[in-house]
Amino acid sequence: MTSSSTVAALQGIGIGQGVAVGPVARMADPLPAPADVASTLDVATETERANTSLAAVARELEARGLEAGGSARDVLEAQAMMAEDPTLAEEIASRLADGKTAEWAVYAAFASFRDQLAAMGGYLGERAADLDDVSQRVIANLLGVPAPGVPSPGHPFILVARDLAPADTALLDMDMVLGLVTSDGGPTSHTAILAREKSIVAIVGVVGAAALTDGTTLVVDAAAGSVTADPTAALVAATEQRIADRLALVNAPVVPGALADGTSIPLLANLGSAEHAAEAAELGAEGVGLFRTEFLFLDQALAPTVEQQRGHYEKLLNAFPGKKVVVRVLDAGADKPLAFLNDAHEDNPALGLRGLRALRASEDILREQLTALAQADAATNADLWVMAPMVSTVEETKYFMAIAAEYGLKTPGVMVEVPSSALLADRVLEHAGFASIGTNDLTQYTLAADRLLGSVGAFQDPWHPAVLRLVQLVGDAGVHHGKPVGICGEAAADPLLAVVLVGLGATTLSMSPSALADVRHSLQQYTLDDARRIAAAALAADGAAEARAAATAATTPEMKEATS
Amino acid sequence: MATRTVRIGSSHGLHARPAKLFTQAAKDSGNAVTIAKGSGKAVNAASILGVIALAVEHGDYVTLAVEGDGAQVEGTLDTLSELLVTDHDEQ
Repeated sequence: MTSSSTVAALQGIGIGQGVAVGPVARMADPLPAPADVASTLDVATETERANTSLAAVARELEARGLEAGGSARDVLEAQAMMAEDPTLAEEIASRLADGKTAEWAVYAAFASFRDQLAAMGGYLGERAADLDDVSQRVIANLLGVPAPGVPSPGHPFILVARDLAPADTALLDMDMVLGLVTSDGGPTSHTAILAREKSIVAIVGVVGAAALTDGTTLVVDAAAGSVTADPTAALVAATEQRIADRLALVNAPVVPGALADGTSIPLLANLGSAEHAAEAAELGAEGVGLFRTEFLFLDQALAPTVEQQRGHYEKLLNAFPGKKVVVRVLDAGADKPLAFLNDAHEDNPALGLRGLRALRASEDILREQLTALAQADAATNADLWVMAPMVSTVEETKYFMAIAAEYGLKTPGVMVEVPSSALLADRVLEHAGFASIGTNDLTQYTLAADRLLGSVGAFQDPWHPAVLRLVQLVGDAGVHHGKPVGICGEAAADPLLAVVLVGLGATTLSMSPSALADVRHSLQQYTLDDARRIAAAALAADGAAEARAAATAATTPEMKEATS
Repeated sequence: MATRTVRIGSSHGLHARPAKLFTQAAKDSGNAVTIAKGSGKAVNAASILGVIALAVEHGDYVTLAVEGDGAQVEGTLDTLSELLVTDHDEQ
């Protein structure tokens, strides 16, 4: 806290490494419910007011739909139809006939449908939110106030909100949004996921964000997790320089991932569907380090057929001819339950029948998936690797190697997410073709902190030296057996932690494609000796924050010179 | 009045996009059209809220009823039935 500009800084969880400067535009808060009072106008006048506002909102939603296109257009056009729905019009008319105001009649009529849908739950329950949105827009129009939702001030802005709903984010104009600041939400919130996907500068969970007012200039520094209101001219200038530097970095030529001494560290992409494969390749992904196959199975009452799966796998493999593609077999359970694999209630699902354990209990599903993968492999030219999730024993490793071999899959391996596998990595890697460390789950299990539980969110930090020590055990075992050790998980997307992981023995890094440019640039700054020295500094720390600080200190030029 | 009973082809039932397409077509037909699920109460087919609230799922049977008769009414029934038996989510 030496610089005056940090005095007013608010802290939150930064997403990515970006920085932004610009004026605040707040997402308007929901309108209060109108009062149920008798109208001072006659019924005809109130009816006219209601109809005018309903039509205005319908036209506006249609116009926004045209602008948004794609699936957002369907949602917006459906909302426009809700505003002019004939059944709703009857409900409004009957309330107006009772002498109510247009505001109250609209509010109460929408609410009656809303409650009906909400009571049905599931998909229909979610549509209740769409109705609320239309209702709020009509009432705002009647009152002559701005509609709640994403603002459009007509110039680029930093959006400040409590949190963003999926419907809000579909409409964000990325050319106008310089950055995002939310008071709610954690690193796995919808806002954070969106920000990562679209490379938006974002800080979530900022206590005090609610007090920021429209038009205030903000500096948003995601790398530091800080939000500075009314920054000094010096800070604004420094920030603009950093924005220019980052732009140069993003536009830098895409080269294969490597350290300063030329040590090759292939940079791979984490993908959840074949659709984003081309985009990942464009951003410089040298293959796929984690292809999640869950999306094929979610929302399905029954497992997809071998033919359906094969089609998806072929599409993916065809996007990376000659490149490595690591496919993870179905990882269900805990936060991703699938009815056909495990419908038993578990008090502690993260410690339950999940990952390979669940597949083993329904081995036909695993066998079908391996069949489809082997067929897709035979029909394409990518270098297919296959790995099992949640492997916790040497025996499970042997089981997966044997069953994968039955289908002729060339490179089977295991994920290391459970401390037991890391502790016995020397024996696991005797059998497995490779190891891929899932840092999110490894952190959750090492620190015994549910990664979905906000109250223990502070424990979910892969910088923790206990986690790093486990990574080192796997790295050492990889060197001993001459087997590759990859990292997949958010840890690899942190540019400095990526260097530490390489120093601990990681041979490839896999991440969201949007993080590739930052990590590529970071690796280029250090030799393998530097990386080992920085890793050693982090390992020697007592906690996650200390490890981060020690690693940062070890990167300074003075330290580099002192040890070289 | 002409009626017809059809089975829903959309894999996600009659919500979201399929509901929007159906309601729009019912409205554009210019006829007074109702839709009922199974033996349930008939609702205005031009009301997206009414149609969504029926909670029609894939494979459910629904009955369409159009006021009047003649070729135009049969044409409306043809168009709407076609929409209901098509799987709009299959792309």
